[in-house]
Amino acid sequence: MTTISKTLMVVAALAVAGCSNPDRFGSGSGAGFGAGAGGSGYGMDGLASDPRSIAYFNQTVGDRVLFAVDQSTLSDTARTTLDGQARWLMDNPEYSATIEGHADEQGTREYNLALGARRANAVQEYLISRGVAPSRLRTVSYGKERPLEICSNESCYAQNRRSVTVLAAGAGV
Amino acid sequence: MLRVLTPLLALALGAALAPAPVLAQGGPLRIVIDEGVIEPLPFAVPDFVAETPAAAELARNIARVVAADLAGTGLFREIPAQAHLARVTNFASPIQYSDWKAINAQALVTGAVAVDGSGRLTVKFRLFDIYAEAPLGDGLQFGGSSANWRRVAHKVADQVYARITGEGGYFDSRVVFVAETGPKNARQKRLAIMDYDGANVQYLSDASSIVLAPRFSPTGDRVLYTSYQTGFPRIYVLDLASGARRGLDDQPGTMTFAPRFAPDGRRVVFSLAQGGNTDLYELDLGSGRRTRLTSAPSIETAPSFSPDGRQIVFESDRSGVPQLYVMPASGGEARRISFGQGRYGTPVWSPRGDYIAFTKQHQGRFHIGVMRVNGSEERLLTSSFLDEGPTWAPNGRVIMFTRESAGADGAPALFSVDITGRNLRRVPVQGAASDPAWSPLLP
Repeated sequence: MTTISKTLMVVAALAVAGCSNPDRFGSGSGAGFGAGAGGSGYGMDGLASDPRSIAYFNQTVGDRVLFAVDQSTLSDTARTTLDGQARWLMDNPEYSATIEGHADEQGTREYNLALGARRANAVQEYLISRGVAPSRLRTVSYGKERPLEICSNESCYAQNRRSVTVLAAGAGV
Repeated sequence: MLRVLTPLLALALGAALAPAPVLAQGGPLRIVIDEGVIEPLPFAVPDFVAETPAAAELARNIARVVAADLAGTGLFREIPAQAHLARVTNFASPIQYSDWKAINAQALVTGAVAVDGSGRLTVKFRLFDIYAEAPLGDGLQFGGSSANWRRVAHKVADQVYARITGEGGYFDSRVVFVAETGPKNARQKRLAIMDYDGANVQYLSDASSIVLAPRFSPTGDRVLYTSYQTGFPRIYVLDLASGARRGLDDQPGTMTFAPRFAPDGRRVVFSLAQGGNTDLYELDLGSGRRTRLTSAPSIETAPSFSPDGRQIVFESDRSGVPQLYVMPASGGEARRISFGQGRYGTPVWSPRGDYIAFTKQHQGRFHIGVMRVNGSEERLLTSSFLDEGPTWAPNGRVIMFTRESAGADGAPALFSVDITGRNLRRVPVQGAASDPAWSPLLP
């Protein structure tokens, strides 16, 4: 099994575990596994109270940052979150990460794919600038294919213009 | 598949650009699509004559498909069978023009269907100009397997449409698209193909990975698409006859999408994202050689060739917001062609070379529009919460696109509209569907 598929298995497993990250399902199913993949991974993200757990990273450090309309620049809030992600990744070298770039539904499919790539790259570059080894990071754009919130107004769009740092066991790619 | 039945003299169509949108009585039977037809031309298609016992049901069904094709253009209005005064029981019998004139039919299509012992279908048809009291063009005969009866019906309708409008037909064509199921935040997508009218849907992929924006080859034998099969967007080509598929560009650390064939069918132009930047590349399918066409820090995507293969229209945000540009097919200096307010995307060159269709976003609405290839005469054809991704009918006179409704229950559907902005209609597909791509006219 390749590293990529391992990553995806973990993502899919989290989807099945269905803990506090409902959005994981979207990414997991989009990434190439059908429903039911990785069912043995229940609870893999551990307890949020364990600072070395994926759950802690996702919830306490914060796995995502948000972007303004059409933008890929990182806000101060985003930088603070990413500083935390970089520290955590350096403290936990046994994980690699895939950075997903997402866009809201305002925009064409093609443009949003390119925009998601810009956003994911902005996060990747920032994490590298904070000391994370480039070999531990990959990027993928989902464009507008995987919204987190499904209403069609700004309150949802703001949540969908995001990058999500998805952890996977494995030191690098 | 086609042969001339009888060398009947074709009716002269008169001046090529007859201004009358609808036939003036006694004038030539002619619809000029560019003029924006206001009143559809009334026509009748009585059930075709079954010339063998096995053909009875097909004779009825084929006439219905011919009528649906014509009425579906919005250019024609069918006079229903219950209003007919005359019955056509013998294909060779003379037409009683007065009976058709009395119900205001201006065009009449008659036909006959035979099925032989091996299931082979033969369909003959004639088109009549009722007011001229004369056939319009030769009678024709089509043959095929009876399983393909819808295609034969579409071929008949294409002939009728072409003779009356002077444009090429488009009914005997297929559409490849993305069939969607599931909630908006976990949508499952499958490649699918169907007849242009929504019939004969077949799936070309399972729902295990996201698939996007399929595109036909110029001969309709292959389909390009983007899939997340590896976890990352990559372009693939699918051979429709064999079902074989292969990835076209697999460089680690890159994403590829928005592929489209060159008119020669041997090259593919697409977007490649690397390091957050998206540019246009060309891939030679034979040699696998990749050529970079643009080098800019902006987003360059949604490329589409001119029909002569010499130019590419694409979308770029190099000016700050997405606009449309045209450049030589080998790359080089690009000329901006869109200058209106709003954002322009997904340009597609008409197969006739006369227009570029596009998606426009302005003041919170989406539009499908067309403009001349130099950017002049911009015309918006639709307006909704989200319209995008136009694709041209083979004759360059009709556009199909995705329309998505708003909200948590929002879902995409396929719509079509003609280039004058008339005849907006939903393409009847079961379930949600997006990203249509129209094939060329089938052989």
